[in-house]
Amino acid sequence: MKSIGLITVIVCGALLIYYAMDFPNFGDGTSPANTYLSPHFLENTMVDAHVPNSVTTILADYRGYDTMYETTVVLTAGLACFFLLRRRESTSPPARFYRHVPTGLTLRIEEGGKLPAENSKVFTRIDSMWAPDSLIIKNTCRLVIAFVQLFALYVVAHGHYSPGGGFQGGVLMGSSIILFSISNDLRRTLKRFKEKTAAVLGAVGVLIYSGTGFVCLLMGEHFLNYGALSSILGTDKVMARSHGIFSVEIGVAFAVMSVMIWIYYNLSSAGKHDEGL
Amino acid sequence: MEQIVTAIGAKYNYIVYVILMMIGLYAMIVKSNLVKKIIGMNIFQTSIILFYVSTAYKTGKTIPIVPYQGHDAVHAADYINPLPHVLMLTAIVVSVATLGVALSLAMKIYRQYGTLEEDDINENLRSEEGK
Repeated sequence: MKSIGLITVIVCGALLIYYAMDFPNFGDGTSPANTYLSPHFLENTMVDAHVPNSVTTILADYRGYDTMYETTVVLTAGLACFFLLRRRESTSPPARFYRHVPTGLTLRIEEGGKLPAENSKVFTRIDSMWAPDSLIIKNTCRLVIAFVQLFALYVVAHGHYSPGGGFQGGVLMGSSIILFSISNDLRRTLKRFKEKTAAVLGAVGVLIYSGTGFVCLLMGEHFLNYGALSSILGTDKVMARSHGIFSVEIGVAFAVMSVMIWIYYNLSSAGKHDEGL
Repeated sequence: MEQIVTAIGAKYNYIVYVILMMIGLYAMIVKSNLVKKIIGMNIFQTSIILFYVSTAYKTGKTIPIVPYQGHDAVHAADYINPLPHVLMLTAIVVSVATLGVALSLAMKIYRQYGTLEEDDINENLRSEEGK
């Protein structure tokens, strides 16, 4: 098996490199990929949508359908993880571990034992794969998370003028919640950002995207032709496209953020949502 | 010989992507552990992303953010190609999503059979059929 695999890989690689030698040079501005369609996008991005970042214009306007279904794919992946892994929490776990905060002692409470109150300040529940309580990690993450979230909002809002947009901002926002979950624990994260919230926000994101397209349809234009929003927004058609792109980016950010968190919840706890990273 | 060397020097981006892609393909064919296969799949996807982004590059040109200069002052040759970046931007996010689905499938398999080795899973399946 190993030798067959190696031969296949070497033959494929040699063929690919052989034919790659007919491709245009690296950094060639006149190659076919750089000549036909992309100059049109670059020259018309300001004229059509008044968005300097042509990547954003292509993503949300010229190729709006593509991005809409990519967002749907992301949501579907979150749903797939949920349906594959999610299990109902067992009502009586075999053993639970608690830390007595004033002394730092760890207690192991067997099945059927008397558990401390859920919101007790003296005992905190810890995972059975116990990790030491680290003040440095917790406080560093507490400081960093706020700035990561602020930067995520900046990246979403400035997708028109600088590199960024819904996908990047959504990933940053999701990773800030995941950072919180890694530095603290899964139960505390689930109290702040519930699984239901993640699921609903993911669907809301896709709804914002397709809803923007549908409003355009209702205004008598093509689906996702944001120029139709001009009468609602009270601007000219070019600025209406810019605002339409922004609303679509917000939808993408919602969907990507919540699906990232949702997949993380299900993967890190194997679908049980009681103990995780 | 000299021609080959200059050709390789001008097209090294393709060689890098082929090498990365073959590492991923090798892992997917040969490795019997499912998580290693998934890692191979991810390396494969990364190589495609690298290939697309490298085709967009133009030597000495700037990022495709066009400042407002009036209607006819934009020279497309001064900016790198934005289209492959858009395609890969969505591909990166979708590759994260497919990675999540692949890992949860692997987890489900581990829960069912207690192993991630392909041979052991096959043996398990055969002995179940024999019953």
